[in-house]
Amino acid sequence: MTLRSEQADRPAVLTPDPAYNVPAYRSSGKRAPHQPLYPLPLGATERHGPTFGHLSLTDVDADLTRQHAGEPIGERIIVAGRVIDGAGRPLRQSLVEIWQANATGRYDHPVDQHPAPLDPNFTGAGRCLTGDDGSYQFITIKPGAYPWGNHPNAWRPAHIHFSVFGRAFTDRLVTQMYFPGDPLFAYDPIFGSVRDEAARTRLVSNLDLGLSRPEWALGYRFDIVVSGPLATPDVS
Amino acid sequence: MTGATPSQTVGPFFSFGLRWLETTELIGPDHAERIVFQGSVLDGDGVGVPDALVETFQADSAGDFRPVSGPDWLGFGRILTGQDGRFGFTTVKPGPLRTSNGATEAPHLTVSVFARGLLQRVITRIYFPDEEVANQIDPVLEMIVPERRSTLVARAADGRLLFDIHLQGENETVFFNC
Repeated sequence: MTLRSEQADRPAVLTPDPAYNVPAYRSSGKRAPHQPLYPLPLGATERHGPTFGHLSLTDVDADLTRQHAGEPIGERIIVAGRVIDGAGRPLRQSLVEIWQANATGRYDHPVDQHPAPLDPNFTGAGRCLTGDDGSYQFITIKPGAYPWGNHPNAWRPAHIHFSVFGRAFTDRLVTQMYFPGDPLFAYDPIFGSVRDEAARTRLVSNLDLGLSRPEWALGYRFDIVVSGPLATPDVS
Repeated sequence: MTGATPSQTVGPFFSFGLRWLETTELIGPDHAERIVFQGSVLDGDGVGVPDALVETFQADSAGDFRPVSGPDWLGFGRILTGQDGRFGFTTVKPGPLRTSNGATEAPHLTVSVFARGLLQRVITRIYFPDEEVANQIDPVLEMIVPERRSTLVARAADGRLLFDIHLQGENETVFFNC
């Protein structure tokens, strides 16, 4: 847990975010800031943020299994949840973007050249706007685990990347959703960079049979809670 | 209160998911007050970061945000850095902004940088070099030790504004949390 604000006129907000410099995650070595951060007072720019309600997104944008001529290989899943603030209030018309590896663990990206096949019927990118209750839903393929060069025999647990814009600049969040019970959790320095166990658990989706569609797809629920100071009720 | 969802790195392989919303022209090409920004995201060795995502947000030239600013102005930029870590975008200078206690913030953009190696975004601000008076009384710049303030002010060169983002190292850019 890091202390977010040391300003006397604002309550300190504890965030579960990882530290910047995490030696076990090698890429942070030359990229993590070393100087202490300054607390940014909430000026007009921080209290506003880009809004995307004008975008005309379609069902296909949120259905990663229908973006090509044929169906992708792999386990079809439904991923759904709500985007809310710390008080449980829904964030409406918020843009949610996801991207992920295919069922073999391969990304549709020129730098990912590890020996696993691409799927001509799967790009792995989706987007949608949340509804009035903050809800979103994607249909996709369960991504595979994949090797990376961080340390010998390093493998990332299966995950889906999420990008969320809330109501304000302070709400902006990029994170990763994991799947319950993944045996790779204990070996992954990115998952492990979140030191607080309860916070780490919030990165893991829950199998939800109510969301599942019989004979068709399992459902995983993943709620996203943004922590921007605007979300705190006693901060105006 | 529900605990917040923690941040995780954007990773190296985000372009196919995020480029669709890339926005390097915040205003039209014929805008009279068009400003061209250029810069690089650099690591602790001064090497360009080719897999960074830079997002900017700002008021319009009157200091307004949507919905007051109107339907054509988002105030949002998204740029994926190139092989050498460079980024560029065009926009207008935002108007000055009132704070809740009656002070005035100098014109500025807020910036988020996401990259492989960053487990959460870094947040910084870009101020304008021709706003010396406003910058001197800006409440955010005033907080910062004088020798580091210049890392937040763009440099004018050849009709453009240059702003490099040093993630670490001798000239590390001032970063904020909020």
